[in-house]
Formats: sequence, structure tokens, C-alpha cells
Amino acid sequence: MHELPITESILEIALRHAHAAGATRIRNIYLVIGQLSTVVDESVQFYWGLVAEGTIAEDAQLQFRRIPAEIECQQCKHRYPPLADDLGCPSCGSATVRVVAGEEFFVEAIDVDSDDVTEEIGHAGAEA
Amino acid sequence: MSERIPVVEKIMSANDRLAQENRARLDANEVFALNLMASPGAGKTSLIEHTIRGLSTQLRLGVIDGDVATSIDADRATAAGARAVQINTGGECHLDAVMLQGALDEMDLQQIDLLIVENVGNLICPASFKLGVHKSVLIASVPEGDDKPYKYPGMYRGVDALVINKIDLLPYVPFDMDYFKRGVEILNPGLVTFPLSCRTEEGLDEWLKWVTEMTKYHRQQASSSDAIPQKEDSAGEAKSS
Repeated sequence: MHELPITESILEIALRHAHAAGATRIRNIYLVIGQLSTVVDESVQFYWGLVAEGTIAEDAQLQFRRIPAEIECQQCKHRYPPLADDLGCPSCGSATVRVVAGEEFFVEAIDVDSDDVTEEIGHAGAEA
Repeated sequence: MSERIPVVEKIMSANDRLAQENRARLDANEVFALNLMASPGAGKTSLIEHTIRGLSTQLRLGVIDGDVATSIDADRATAAGARAVQINTGGECHLDAVMLQGALDEMDLQQIDLLIVENVGNLICPASFKLGVHKSVLIASVPEGDDKPYKYPGMYRGVDALVINKIDLLPYVPFDMDYFKRGVEILNPGLVTFPLSCRTEEGLDEWLKWVTEMTKYHRQQASSSDAIPQKEDSAGEAKSS
């Protein structure tokens, strides 16, 4: 249900970085989304068509990179994915554990076109 | 012609910036703010009523109620003796920093010490949207079942305190407190927890004491220093970016 404001936020970030780089078109938007982030890819994709229409990002492809959730046992350092009914360490049984991956939620990069004559692949001039 | 621009920007950054503005505004007025989150029916409004009644002789309270529709909750808070503002989200399943900003405009912050924000009843979406409050509190309740930490890890991970309401029902429903607390401890080690019953008022004093102490502590901090250290106030945020 909350993917609309999230999609708007993705668009705002992408457009800001694209404009700062003088881009005329956004081709791809690379999103990194941890498994524990409560975001549904299909829903973001659906809203994208609505919010990006009429912008230089309207034809952009959303590229989702999902990061699986991972828990690290603080006793035996075993790393494992969370199980549905018990989050404790399956190796030593400890409950002293820490979530170490799966909460990521950011725009990693965008691919853009510019009308400029200079051609520089991998140029990193628009870091905010 | 074509290039890849590294961005690495948190998707919630716009909301987070606004949440910081809300925080600065609360601090400037020396208001301590709580964000109460829970599933529908866990007892958010009942706990707010008890908090108003229990603390209104010591603290001036304001309540901001988020709901999809109706002003029933704000009316209950007003009846209990607080200043209340209702936010109808019109279908949105959570409050965000923009909505809170609008509600703060309607609240006379000079006239209150403690602001309680009642989020929309939902264990998923509110965890993703920071508001700018000082502490987030999750209200679990016994009839919901003991598996909720495992099913909603994002919510349990991000809060600063946990209320377990309706403990008077423990003899009547299958709720394994050890299993529940094990999940909580894994997701949020050392989380301060208040088992209580709004109906029998068992355990309520500890909760009221915590809220009072937090409010007074914050006021001391606010009056002794202009710069309050920012603490993340909500759950599920990317920490790696």
C-alpha cells in the first residue's frame, strides 16, 4: 500500500541526479532492496508508469537487486537466512544474533543519455 | 552520450529530511514526542486514554491521531483531557513526515510537553516512514499471537520500546511469552518492554513512569543544549547507504 510515495521518491532521486548530470533521458534505474524492506517490486513497477509519465524517466527500466536477509550468530559467527518460525541460530541454538543484511533500500545508480558530445562510460560526476 | 551515474541515495531520504525538520520543531518547543504503532485493535487508543488520565496532572499532553477515516480516536483523546488533532490519511496505510508536519501546524506546541502520535493500525508500512518523533513504541497484544515478531521483523526491529497489552487474557489464549520474547530479543536486543493490561490497569504504572521520565529527561536536554543528538526514530531503514 505504501509503494506510491516510495515510487515518487525514487523518481525524485533519479531526476535530480540526471538533471545534475545534464542528462536528457534516463535508461535504467538500479534499485537495491533488502528482503526485510516491505516493498513489492511489481507494485513499484505499476506505479512507475503513472508517476514517471511525461518526465525524462518515463521509459526507464527499473532494475531490482534483492538482498536476501541474513542473520549472524554472535556466539558462533554462523550466518544463516531467517527461518519462518524461529530466528535463533540453527547451528548452536543461541538467541544472541544480529541481522546483518536485508534492510538495504536505496537507488544505486542510473544509466542516462546526454546530448553532449563527450562520451565517458562510467563517469562519476554527479555524486550528491 | 550514455553514462552510468552512481547515486547511492536512500529512497526514503526526502521523508527523512522532513522528519528531521519535524524533530527540530519539536525540540525548539521542548516537546517530547512518541510514535505509537500497532495492529488494529491492539489497544493504541486505550493506552493513550490511560496515559492522558495518568499524566495530565504532571504534563500537558497533545495527541495526533492518524486514521484512514473518522475522528473517533481524536474524540476519545479529547474526552480524556488532551489537545487532539486528527489526521485522516484518506486510504494511506501509514503516517509520514509530511502528514505529521501538517498536523503540527494545527497543534499549539507551546502548550504541550508530551506529544503522542497514534499511527495507523498496521504492522508493516508505518515502520518505513520516519516521522521525526523521539521514540517509537510498538504495542503488541496477547490475542494477536506470539508469532508476530517473526512475521513482522521490520516493525519489531525499529522500535525503542514495546508494550504487551491485554496480559489479563494470558490464561485464556495460547500465547507462549518465552517464544514471543525470544523473537523480540533476537530482533531488538535489550528492548525495554512493558507487559500491561489497559483493562485491569496491571503494569500501567511502569509505562507511565517511563513516559514521564523520558519527557522530563528530554526537557532537561532541550533546555541545556540547543543541539539535540539525532536518533533514528523508526524501523526498517537502510543502514548501509
